[in-house]
Amino acid sequence: MIKVERLVKAFGRQQVLRGLDLDVATGSITVVIGRSGGGKSVLLRHLIGLLRPDAGRVLVDGADVTRLHGRALDEVRRRYGVVFQGGALFDSMTCAGNVAFPLREKLRLRAAEVATRVEAALTQVGLEGMGSKYPAEVSGGMRKRVAIARALVTEPEIVFFDEPTTGLDPILVNTIHHLILELHRKLRFTAVMVSHEIPEIFEIADTVAMLHEGRIAEVGPPAVIQASPNPVVRQFIRGEPERAEGA
Amino acid sequence: MTERPLPLTLRPLDAIGRWAIAVVEALGRFGTFLGQALGTILTPPFKFWAFVDRIHYIGYRSLLIILLTGGFTGMVLGLQVYFTLVRFGSEAYLGPAVALSLIRELGPVLAALMVTGRAGSALTAEIGIMRITEQIDALTVMALSPIRYLVAPSILAGLVTFPLMTALFDAVGIFGGYLVGVELLGLSQGTYFGEMQSFVDLSDIMTGFWKSLSFGVIVTWVCTYKGFTVGHGAEGVAKATTDAVVLSSVLILVWDYFMGTVLP
Repeated sequence: MIKVERLVKAFGRQQVLRGLDLDVATGSITVVIGRSGGGKSVLLRHLIGLLRPDAGRVLVDGADVTRLHGRALDEVRRRYGVVFQGGALFDSMTCAGNVAFPLREKLRLRAAEVATRVEAALTQVGLEGMGSKYPAEVSGGMRKRVAIARALVTEPEIVFFDEPTTGLDPILVNTIHHLILELHRKLRFTAVMVSHEIPEIFEIADTVAMLHEGRIAEVGPPAVIQASPNPVVRQFIRGEPERAEGA
Repeated sequence: MTERPLPLTLRPLDAIGRWAIAVVEALGRFGTFLGQALGTILTPPFKFWAFVDRIHYIGYRSLLIILLTGGFTGMVLGLQVYFTLVRFGSEAYLGPAVALSLIRELGPVLAALMVTGRAGSALTAEIGIMRITEQIDALTVMALSPIRYLVAPSILAGLVTFPLMTALFDAVGIFGGYLVGVELLGLSQGTYFGEMQSFVDLSDIMTGFWKSLSFGVIVTWVCTYKGFTVGHGAEGVAKATTDAVVLSSVLILVWDYFMGTVLP
């Protein structure tokens, strides 16, 4: 269970999070939606301990990751898998090398077992036989799939996805979403995803949280969010343009 | 509660105070970064292959530039010093003059400046790009220390490669001086090398060694730090790379003077 309590974060004079509260149930897929630049990635970076809040807490099974340092924080992070927006693949390594890296360095598995699991992970994301290619040699969609394989190969309990489908065509967006859903059914991890792929995310989310002006404006199952009378939510999911003031 | 605006007369003092605090904070971060890196070097696990890769990256790839600049530095030195010594009838001392200048001073400094330009800038750019493309964050969230994987092997490789590069620079430079002094200007080979053996002792070599060792730490420390703390985008990487080369070069010269006053 992940519990975010009254999270506050400002960069200089820009207030990004203004007392945000959010609960993520164990084993669920929670998707945080909201406008670009609204603080979704900032929220995610707090959850994975890359940013410290000005106030508030992030509790992961009772442990406050905003107060943890060093080994204690690493202990929590060992349970994590993270898919970054751009993939964050190590460009000096092949795709297989990227997937093998956490197995070798984090879990310290033997070479034979690493090779078996890498092959299985790449097959799982539909990239069998592509392991010898470097990230620069494959397409954007393939890079995202390698990033997903790398995040999931250690079988983490909690997986964070930071806009995993940004910049992909609609077919690839659906492919990646169905891949995430399929892997979630198989591995039963808790997923927190930041996305603005409307309406596609309604097919995979258990819970959708709408972030607006630094707070969660509405949270609930996809059907509830889709039927929400909240004008902010309605405007966002329908993609209605902003009205000029006084119009 | 809103802050009351400062009286106009106090504003310059306020600005100086803020600047001073920012400088002290930056120096603190800079020092802490080295402390973390040295602490990581001394604690297992040791990333042997990353260390070997960094030796290749910093040392092997700088070989050509070291050979070229070392050779020409020795040749220029041979030419200039010869014509100066001839005025005093002391051209026999060309060998020791070239060797001492190179071993004590020019070798460590110029080799370090060359490696900074070749490998230091590349080190900053590489780590900077890893930072802006979230590769360093990826390491962090895997509960792996980026300092252990990226910084510690570079500093350790700097400690190994800088003295080696300096030794190579000195040897090629002495040979360059030999080419000019002996082959071109007609000094005898025995005089050139014989006088060198009489005047150059172990303390001169150790002076050069300690200097190159410390330059190895300075350059890799500055360059990895600048990469780690890079700003945003391509412009941030470009600025960090320039800053790393400028700061490393200035620190090499300042530290060289300091070492020159301390070492025998």
